[in-house]
Amino acid sequence: MSTTTSISVNGKPPAEAARIQTPVLAPPVWVDENPSLRDITDDIARPLEARPGKGWWICFGIAFAALLNLVGMVSWLFAKGIGIWGLNNSVGWAFDITNFVFWVGIGHAGTLISAILLLFRQQWRTSINRSAEAMTIFAVMCAGLFPAIHMGRPWDAFFIFPYFPNQRGPLWVNFRSPLVWDVFAISTYLTISLVFWYLGMIPDLATLRDRAVGGIKKFVFGLLSLGWNGSHRTWARYEIVSLVLAGLATPLVLSVHSIVSMDFATSLLPGWHTTIFPPYFVAGAIYSGFGMVLTLLIITRSTMNLQRYITLRHLDKMAKVTMLTGMIVSYAYLTEFFAAWYGGNLYEKYHFINRATGPYAWCFYLMVLCNVITPQMLWVKKARTSVAFLFIVSIMVNIGMWFERFVIIVVSLHRAFLPSGWGMFYPTIFDIGILVGSFGLFFTCFLLFIRVLPMIAMWEIKGVVGHGAHKMALSSDEEEVTVNV
Amino acid sequence: MSKSFLVATFSDADTLLHAVRAVVREDFKVYDVYAPYPIHGLDAAMGIRRSRLPWVTFIVGCCALTFALCFQLYTSVLDWPLNVGGKPDNSTLAFVPICFELTVLLSGLATVAALFLRARLYPGKKELLFAEGVTDDTFALVLRRRESPFDSNRAWKVLQENGADRIRERETES
Repeated sequence: MSTTTSISVNGKPPAEAARIQTPVLAPPVWVDENPSLRDITDDIARPLEARPGKGWWICFGIAFAALLNLVGMVSWLFAKGIGIWGLNNSVGWAFDITNFVFWVGIGHAGTLISAILLLFRQQWRTSINRSAEAMTIFAVMCAGLFPAIHMGRPWDAFFIFPYFPNQRGPLWVNFRSPLVWDVFAISTYLTISLVFWYLGMIPDLATLRDRAVGGIKKFVFGLLSLGWNGSHRTWARYEIVSLVLAGLATPLVLSVHSIVSMDFATSLLPGWHTTIFPPYFVAGAIYSGFGMVLTLLIITRSTMNLQRYITLRHLDKMAKVTMLTGMIVSYAYLTEFFAAWYGGNLYEKYHFINRATGPYAWCFYLMVLCNVITPQMLWVKKARTSVAFLFIVSIMVNIGMWFERFVIIVVSLHRAFLPSGWGMFYPTIFDIGILVGSFGLFFTCFLLFIRVLPMIAMWEIKGVVGHGAHKMALSSDEEEVTVNV
Repeated sequence: MSKSFLVATFSDADTLLHAVRAVVREDFKVYDVYAPYPIHGLDAAMGIRRSRLPWVTFIVGCCALTFALCFQLYTSVLDWPLNVGGKPDNSTLAFVPICFELTVLLSGLATVAALFLRARLYPGKKELLFAEGVTDDTFALVLRRRESPFDSNRAWKVLQENGADRIRERETES
């Protein structure tokens, strides 16, 4: 498409009319100070080539201690059984499944940024997609841990996969069960996210390979970069494949949390048995994921000196997505209450009265504070561009979304149909320790990632700075923009 | 057999794009362009047609969908029907999520595998870098002698006139 125009304006001949400048919006600038291509490589590769600072070591120390705690507690769990948690006959799912849903949700922002925003041609994704995808992978790893350790016999966890021949004769898994769907959804999600992440990193790994002076770094980056040499014939195919993967990952990410929500929605339990769950869970997932992306990026941009690439404008965009999804989540809360009242089901109605006035009401109000009231503050531009404020908001979002899942799971279970089956759940030190430990696993992985791999996609940033940005903004794939003079 | 190439390097993408167009206008065939990022508009200038890799996605996706559906029907209806809560053995709607997941998983993996095969990317491959810094900040336009005889000074002249920073001949063994 050529944007060359030669029309007559106000009766003037085309040649003269063309001289009248058509007002065009300036292309958005996503990288400050207009760095050269080499500056970009240097800035992003620098943290990988220098020794880590004190801040990194402190964070890593804390995260690693939490990870060790996780290993210890899970070992003890395997030795003693899940009775060491606060589970009981009334509440058979509690912190474990709450953590599972929480971590899967966190992952969703990564795929949204890398896949959905790629399809929407949102250039601001380029500064944050790599680290958000890494976050997805680590979060899904944390999530996958919980259903496995929640099984009474975790060493038999592989029974959930259909395989043949097995010791049970040709007895297959129950494909009608949402728990089996979950296994397929989560493992597909993890695999595709990993592949997408790695594929996106190949050109950058080649850059690092060519920068490395020798030794093990050169060897490892050489192996991982698959002989990439920047050939445009390869680039052309590469971009098509990225687009295809983004197209596949988009419905995938929506399906994953929908399927997770069906673990609950297909049951008959009041509070779980609602049709609103899939979209409600997906919105919540993106909301919580953006909360986590904000938390991570606010810390890393200042500790790694990347403010030039992860600018306040990026934070502003992310805050807007957080606000939007926060409002969808709030609307879903409202709808649930409305349906409970309007539906006329006694048990459903009681559940929602109990949610707001029962023994766990404080969890519910904490959730409302964090997920309904907090995002409303982001209407103010000043709030969206204040790093400290956004950091607090992002932490609140994380807390709120964890409590949302806790409310859905535990509050529904603790008072179901028969009052004789009612009970309370109190977490033990192991419940809390393993939750903290999962954060340890997540942050250990993330901190290692920012040390050994480029946390910003160099080649994508190079593509959007300067003239590249202008062209992509006008989305002219075929022809360069020419101004007729 | 050794191959002979003419390598011109550029320091920005627009100059390169203009040079590619000029070279093509002069009836040379561009062997390849090496760049640190995909340059939009270069496909058309070089005359690269759109990749057919999405067909791999489509075909493998169709196969995966069929496989997933058949597999679930076989296991749940034919091989070992299991009465769970009185649900019909053939609960086709309940098979949809896994059909979808397997379609995405297998077609995604196949597409990436096809890319690696087609672009000949594999671990342990020795990279062939035509100019220093093509993965950093340099753009290189490469002509091959057999396709575009460049011994006459014409190719040099076209490249020079179009802003090449440096032009040199290069031989590779393969």
